[in-house]
Amino acid sequence: MAKPRIATTSLCGCFGCHMSLLDIDERILQLAELVDFDRSPIDDIKHISQRCRIGLIEGGCANEENVEVIREFRRNCDILVSVGDCATTGGLPALRNLVPLKECLEEAYIHGPSVHNPSGEIPNDEEIPLLLNKVYPAHEVVKVDYHLPGCPPSADALWAAINALLAEEPLELPYQLIKYD
Amino acid sequence: MSQFTITIDGREVEAKAGQTILEAAEEAGIYIPRLCHKPGLEPFGGCRVCTVTANGRPCSACTQPAAPGMIVMNETEQVKDFRKTLVEMMFVEGNHFCMFCEKSGNCELQAMGYRMGIDVPRFPFLFPKRNVDASHPDILVDHNRCILCARCIRTSRDVDGKQVFDFVGRGANKRVAVRSGTRLADSDADVSDAAVEACPVGALLKKRVGYATPIGERLYDKAPIGSEIENGEES
Ligand code: SF4
Ligand code: FES
Repeated sequence: MAKPRIATTSLCGCFGCHMSLLDIDERILQLAELVDFDRSPIDDIKHISQRCRIGLIEGGCANEENVEVIREFRRNCDILVSVGDCATTGGLPALRNLVPLKECLEEAYIHGPSVHNPSGEIPNDEEIPLLLNKVYPAHEVVKVDYHLPGCPPSADALWAAINALLAEEPLELPYQLIKYD
Repeated sequence: MSQFTITIDGREVEAKAGQTILEAAEEAGIYIPRLCHKPGLEPFGGCRVCTVTANGRPCSACTQPAAPGMIVMNETEQVKDFRKTLVEMMFVEGNHFCMFCEKSGNCELQAMGYRMGIDVPRFPFLFPKRNVDASHPDILVDHNRCILCARCIRTSRDVDGKQVFDFVGRGANKRVAVRSGTRLADSDADVSDAAVEACPVGALLKKRVGYATPIGERLYDKAPIGSEIENGEES
């Protein structure tokens, strides 16, 4: 029987949640026994190739590309999990939600004290994904089945969650593994 | 009638005249969640996180006096979901960035989220625009984190005898303000005031002492808020 497939992505995140996943240490060998990795920064596969059992979403949605990716994950994954505070709440990048987008861009490219930008233009190439008006948590863009808060969630929390989902058991983490920081 | 019996979730509990439901429960080792309530302050009844039903009607356990034969329900699914909803609303209507907050691990709002098993609030985040007042040399006020529990206001007035803070505005615009001016630096607030310690969240902080306790050893890292009451320890 084919192994269940798992896909992971980092949207508007810092890869910290992926580092936490690698932090399961030698259990990564067990994980490789249990699942095949599909699209993920870990194997650099760029698009989901087959139906996946689990999709792990790190990061919220800050631009139109993030939205495309999360929709690809929703279409192709049986279970979608928001991993980390950025996916569950917007996280640190959502600090920009307190400032209008125009002001953010002007500070970054025009008025910032360390900006050197003689043209005075804000980058607007069609190759660059357009920013959304604000940063959205994953579940405000697509339906998300489970949420693992934490900045990042600990390796033990990720390991426990992946195992529970693969075994089709209810995801009930012990008190010590649910953290918002 | 100075001593009588009430029941909490079917269990008989002794209560004294003048005690609130919350106090009687606490003496019996039963924890009723609370945020605005703080021992030593007059009951306030602001946050409603202590909601129970008494003889079938919802009320705040921190203000409702116990009465003979009262039937209190504390742990029904309905009551628990009501409280959880309130706490979720507090998370979305402020800006609670736990990942860099100095209070994280020692915060009563966060601990309530953990105890109630909140993985994510069911409501959209509002990201309101709120101010930070860092004018005072020793005390920081971050309105992004304030849950309007009035513990600072009441402590300053009733314990410190100073009246440094008060509420201004109504509804969504309600906020804590400094009575004597626009900045905390213009008040007689002092870092040794009890009010500075009264805040359940990271809205009122002493400067230069953050992150002193390592992760894993903070107040709510290992055991849920309220477990000291349930285990009969002195809090
Ligand atoms: S500053 Fe703190 S103590 Fe004062 S009302 Fe806000 S949350 Fe309560
Ligand atoms: S603790 Fe009773 S209303 Fe806040």
